[in-house]
Amino acid sequence: MNWEILGIWLGAMLTLCLYSFLYRDNPFYKFAEHLFVGMSAGYWVIYTIENVLKPNWWQQMFPEDGGFNWVWIIPGIFALFMLARIIPKIAGLSRMALGMIIGAGAGVNMVGFFQTNAMAQVKGTIISISSGGAWDIFSSIVLVVGVVSGLVYFFFSKAHTGIVGRTANVGITILMISFGASFGYTIMARISLLIGRCQFLMFDWIPTIPRLLGIGG
Amino acid sequence: MASILEKLEKILEKLGNMDRRIIFILIALSVIIPLTLNLIFPNPVGAEPSRDMYEYVDALPSGSDVLLSFDYDPSTMPELQPMAIALVTHLMRKDINVVGMALWPQGASLGQEVMSSVADSLGKVQYEDWCNLGYKTGGGIMIVRLGSSMNAVFPTDRDNLSWDEIPMLEYISDLTSFDLIITLSAGDPGIPAWVMMAGDRFGVPVGGGCTAVSAPQFYAYLQTGQMVGMLGGLKGAADYETLVGIQDGQAVKGMAPQSIAHLVIMSFIIIGNLAYFTQKKKGGRG
Repeated sequence: MNWEILGIWLGAMLTLCLYSFLYRDNPFYKFAEHLFVGMSAGYWVIYTIENVLKPNWWQQMFPEDGGFNWVWIIPGIFALFMLARIIPKIAGLSRMALGMIIGAGAGVNMVGFFQTNAMAQVKGTIISISSGGAWDIFSSIVLVVGVVSGLVYFFFSKAHTGIVGRTANVGITILMISFGASFGYTIMARISLLIGRCQFLMFDWIPTIPRLLGIGG
Repeated sequence: MASILEKLEKILEKLGNMDRRIIFILIALSVIIPLTLNLIFPNPVGAEPSRDMYEYVDALPSGSDVLLSFDYDPSTMPELQPMAIALVTHLMRKDINVVGMALWPQGASLGQEVMSSVADSLGKVQYEDWCNLGYKTGGGIMIVRLGSSMNAVFPTDRDNLSWDEIPMLEYISDLTSFDLIITLSAGDPGIPAWVMMAGDRFGVPVGGGCTAVSAPQFYAYLQTGQMVGMLGGLKGAADYETLVGIQDGQAVKGMAPQSIAHLVIMSFIIIGNLAYFTQKKKGGRG
């Protein structure tokens, strides 16, 4: 059996099953959807065991050169605590594991996130509007006006009337333009995925049909 | 004149109530027909983030070390795989050492596919010119660890070859050993984690490519200089293919159906709005 052709046909049939939803909901779509969900769940369980648990925990606890690192029992216990949510009587134990994850995550990310996404961005807004060419000056003015008016729109401690209201209107206009740009990019992404599927169907799947029928070598 | 306007209003009303499945068919045709006809539109590349990315890579001297992280999976392959092919081609043509890795499990296999095929076509040797360290879980926290020791995180490569047995890794100790980090990112973990940990914390230049959906949020990193360049979606991939000179690349081929599909969508947005305002004018629900 040619496994490659079988794989291509499976992919093509499931693609068509999923796109059939565009006509209306139907059993083919439901089948493909359930198959995808089920296979994804199974795939991720095995992948997590093989790529996360085994190399990062089991092989650390029992190294290849022999021995036993007892300290790795501790993360194992915390992992079991996560599963304690299933049993209502001891569900509280899972909070200890969650607390450790959230604490470590917050500790590592807090400074870095603030530096990267707040401080660096504020610094990026403090720019000279007199340097560069006409386009650079225009861009700098748009940037500063956009940031300030956008922030004013989200300032709710003062009624949006008068100068504050007008600035907020500029802010919402800038926000709408940025949402429009995001929408355009989203369309581009979705069409790209459609192109990818069409390329697969047209250039990988359709050429296998004559081969299966024994036409054209 | 009045009768023409009335007719136009009726047409708009009909178009406004059009079955959405007709729109789906038109979109499908706008993609299938250009692909069938192998239409290729010119793809001029201006002063865009993709050119910045190209120029930064192009300015790296031969023998530089670049870490290429394949942070995506098959669901975003149509956008990110052409970028990966174009970037790896450019890096290998310039005799730059490419060290691959992945923050997404399936990224390691997709990266292997790209690096081995491009390396074969350019006569590059695995472990001397390129290697694939594989996938590691942990996202941003793992990147912090890479900042102190690469070897500790990746004791072996994807094929279980020990770090010490890979000649090209002899002078690599941590992230700062690299001249550039490139991430091809489909989400989290991806560009934000690399910029935050590798770029801002360890001072290593970071560039990358991402899906079109996430591109707008990363433009802020370009303006602040936190990223050296960026490829956004299929257009970014097509730009890089054009700059590298890859003839008939997947992304360049995809730009014709992309452009025609966009025109169809724009037409329907205009028609939809005209129908909306016509109905509103007539006192309908609008």
